[in-house]
Amino acid sequence: MHTLVAAVDWHLLKQRIFEPNHPFVTALIRTVYIAVVAQILGVALGLASALMQMSHLRVLRFLSYVYVLLVRGTPLLVQIFFMYYGANLLLGFTLFPRTVNFGLFSLDGVIVAGIVALAVNEGAYMSEIIRAGISSIDRGQMEAAKSVGMRYSLAMRRIVLPQAARVIVPPLGNEFNGMIKNTSLLAFIGVYEMFLDAEQGYSVTFKPVEYFIGVAFWYLVLTTIWTLIQVQIERKLGASEREEDEGWAQRLLGLPTTAR
Amino acid sequence: MSTNGAPIVKAEEVEKYFGRNHVLCGVSLEVKRREVVCIIGPSGSGKTTFLRCINHLERIDSGRIEVNGHLIGYRAGKNGELVEDSERNIARQRSEIGFVFQRFNLWPHKTALQNIIEAPVRVRKAKPEDAIAQGEALLARVGLADKRNAYPGRLSGGQQQRVAIARALAMRPALMLFDEPTSALDPEMIGEVLEVMQELAAEGMTMVVVSHEMGFAREAADRIVMMDGGVIVEEAPPAQFFAAPAHERTKQFLSKIL
Repeated sequence: MHTLVAAVDWHLLKQRIFEPNHPFVTALIRTVYIAVVAQILGVALGLASALMQMSHLRVLRFLSYVYVLLVRGTPLLVQIFFMYYGANLLLGFTLFPRTVNFGLFSLDGVIVAGIVALAVNEGAYMSEIIRAGISSIDRGQMEAAKSVGMRYSLAMRRIVLPQAARVIVPPLGNEFNGMIKNTSLLAFIGVYEMFLDAEQGYSVTFKPVEYFIGVAFWYLVLTTIWTLIQVQIERKLGASEREEDEGWAQRLLGLPTTAR
Repeated sequence: MSTNGAPIVKAEEVEKYFGRNHVLCGVSLEVKRREVVCIIGPSGSGKTTFLRCINHLERIDSGRIEVNGHLIGYRAGKNGELVEDSERNIARQRSEIGFVFQRFNLWPHKTALQNIIEAPVRVRKAKPEDAIAQGEALLARVGLADKRNAYPGRLSGGQQQRVAIARALAMRPALMLFDEPTSALDPEMIGEVLEVMQELAAEGMTMVVVSHEMGFAREAADRIVMMDGGVIVEEAPPAQFFAAPAHERTKQFLSKIL
């Protein structure tokens, strides 16, 4: 017991937490932008999948169903592996080149593969969240939009989705929290983000306790900042709900509104 | 009666199933321009479903419905059979038919005025300033000029329904359909909505109204249609309908609600 406590290199731990070096800061920034981009793409994929699931075309519903089933039913780590190496190992061609040029900037292929893998994974979870959000909106809202001549896409964009957003945003916030931590799995394919920085550090020093507590601290910092932002967003949504009074709750329950 | 010309609604032998449930069993009805038709009948008689078929909120399984001389929801296929029309055509036809729902269905994230100008701006591509001017005029017409910036949640049921009527009128429809517009209202608010509808009728709007408001039917309707079990049992001008109903089923129904 005594020896264990003595084994912690307090100086190193302090350094890992309070004195981040340059490679670590680079890795941290990379973690943040990977999480943000993957989340945005995941929401887009999730929206597409949710709309497919509600389509009256059986093929689209089936595709979406298979996508959600496969992605949610297999380990993310396996998905990341096959996203990056799969094409090469199974089909013999390179899906992600060493660097991918986006015109204004370029990214390592492995980072792009990592972002795509995380986005595809996230899309399956967002699909369910968005579908639930849209289903929570009374059918009459879409009917009213159609009755004044709106087409489905316009009615979705202008009438249904803005209302569904209130239902979607809280779980979306939790998803992003998870996304921040899931980026650590990209260390497996060699994306130099926060976790790989820690892993490489401990593999030379053999001091995993200091490196893992240190990196966990920084994940905690990121998720805490996000939680604070999330609270603000939800407060804002809540505020406009209060402003519209109890009519909202009544609408959802389908009760007639009372006199004022 | 100041009706004239070709019928604006022409329904022929409309049939509709919900699963195995045969809800419309051959309904035929013509509505002339400027005519006000009230459809009454017990719940489950198919009156609301029929009304919803007129702007294709419900598909029909056979028969045909023409609005303004054009088939709605369908077009003739190669062999004369009816196939569902394109979304664009259906939307364009719906934009000329006003529909007022039992539960108002105002958009809660938009103010009264925004509810009214949404379709003129987004569907008709009207200039926002023109749409706003028209929207304000419509709000004044339904007696809610001061509620311009109120969200639906801040309005009473009667006020919401009047905004909903204004929203439908904003598209300058040739025909207005009302689906039990006062059934979800507290009794003291029914009058304000009926008043707006009566004014509309007096101005010559073509209206088909599904309602249990016999007072409105008696005063504003040109014709009353009684439905039961998915068919039209009887139709007659109000005076005749209430004084001397021809059909036994109508007598029963009237004795229960009057």
